[in-house]
Amino acid sequence: MRDGPIKILVPTGSLGAGAVEAEVAYGIAQGARAIATDAGSTDSGAAYLALGVSKNNRGSVKRDLTILMKASAQAGIPLIIGTSGQAGGDRNVDWTRDIVLEVARELRISPKIALLYSEQDKADLKARNAAGKIRPLPPLGPLDDATIDACEHIVAAMGPEPYMAALQGGADIILGGRTTDTAVIACFALLHGAPSGPSWHAAKIAECGAQATVVRNKGAGVLISIGDDGFEVEPLSLDNWCDPESVSAHMLYENSDPFRLTEPGGVLDVSRSVYAQADKRSVKVTGSVWEPKPYTLKLEGAAASRFQTIMLIGIQDPDVLANIDTFHDNLLEALNQRVHATIGPAAGDFHISLRLYGWNAVSGDKPPEGTPPPREVGVLFVATADTQEMASQIAKACNPYFFHYPLFMDRELPSYGFAFTPADIDRGPVFEFKLNHVVEVDDPLELVRTVWIDLRNEEAA
Amino acid sequence: MTTVKDVCRHVRSKNAGPFWVTVDLFFDGEDNYARYHDSAALGPDLFARLYGADPALVKRFAVPSLHVVKISYPRATSQGGMVERDMHAGQQYVRLLDVELDAEAVS
Repeated sequence: MRDGPIKILVPTGSLGAGAVEAEVAYGIAQGARAIATDAGSTDSGAAYLALGVSKNNRGSVKRDLTILMKASAQAGIPLIIGTSGQAGGDRNVDWTRDIVLEVARELRISPKIALLYSEQDKADLKARNAAGKIRPLPPLGPLDDATIDACEHIVAAMGPEPYMAALQGGADIILGGRTTDTAVIACFALLHGAPSGPSWHAAKIAECGAQATVVRNKGAGVLISIGDDGFEVEPLSLDNWCDPESVSAHMLYENSDPFRLTEPGGVLDVSRSVYAQADKRSVKVTGSVWEPKPYTLKLEGAAASRFQTIMLIGIQDPDVLANIDTFHDNLLEALNQRVHATIGPAAGDFHISLRLYGWNAVSGDKPPEGTPPPREVGVLFVATADTQEMASQIAKACNPYFFHYPLFMDRELPSYGFAFTPADIDRGPVFEFKLNHVVEVDDPLELVRTVWIDLRNEEAA
Repeated sequence: MTTVKDVCRHVRSKNAGPFWVTVDLFFDGEDNYARYHDSAALGPDLFARLYGADPALVKRFAVPSLHVVKISYPRATSQGGMVERDMHAGQQYVRLLDVELDAEAVS
């Protein structure tokens, strides 16, 4: 490349996780030409897309934005943020935009801001589906209109092209909606002529910040340097380092395939990549290949479906604990009968589950015969019904049984430990991802809307 | 009999998107990796039995440079559904630790 390797500063694995000012200063001193990070993922569940809210508290996001916007303005390099507000829906982007505007005022800076929205219109998606442009990824099947309608919000995970267009348009700050983690980081290098294989691979290695380093809790970010023959990665924290294992092992992380990563417009193939120690703190990676493919965007859709009410008790009664599986089965049956007896058919297709924390709550499997009894269990009651009101009524119907159900019917009624009154908590809807589909497009920007806010103009006005 | 936890220095599980779980088994060295990475006991049936996964969709990768076997399986119920117990799937690996491995590999 004409100007030598392109260096990108990835300050943290996710905006709000805790960027470190000294690390950012180090990366810029090393010649970083852009700061890039994602701000979310699907990992924490569908609630954040369905509700359009962030998982992070506002303060932690504002803190990171303050560090990054200040550094970006002082160095005159762009700040690129993807999957804004955890889920990257339009509301999540707007939440982040408002914080950015507040920080800009506080720092007295006037950046040109590009907002990239990738939330999708349901009617448009139905038309594309009818035209055969949407196909499922395993384990889901073909998409139907009812599934599209069931979603509260649907986003398309953008590739790098909308970001490249925004950079060409002079953006100082880009706030993207849902985007692949890698595209956010790869876009700057791709725009400036870096080879595709190393650009995408470097972005994948850097997407979780210090996760690809040896001492993962030492520092927050990494610096990637992409050249004609490969890329190098080093931690931003001077007392940390990368080695070939820490870097190559990151291809395993949250990926179903460690060698091939599907992205909009192609597949990154690292099966022949070579990872070598470049110096004490850096690893050099060569041999990464980008295979262009027809352009597709992955869709994510979050639905709010049925409603839940929960209750929690603690049990230390040694007789119950010595017979905990029997107790669980008897109590569950009694609770179901209680609902049938007191609410009847109006309860609808309700569901109750009891999760025994301290015994088998995480798996739900029965522990093997002979497993010693626990000293205490927490029992989480979860009622699911078609409405919040019904889930709540079911919990209330179950309340006396749940808190006082005896192991042996001829004994005095026990009282299990509960900590709150009222004891039942309306938890809200069950939020689920409904889509695992890709949509084919002719133009990478066709599902994306770009909105500009130029604070320089607003100042002049 | 040798179990997963006898020959792995680290085992982990995590979501790979909302519909898949991926498990990484880091063997404790070249010898045990060579002996057990192809073990039939870690086949698709195990993931059907333990996790209710469709065995036809279970994917398995050997990563010799890291002494890692990576296995990815579709979730029986999607992330965050009515009966969710492990949103990140971060605890799912534990049930693999006591799986008995056969050195006579069938690949």
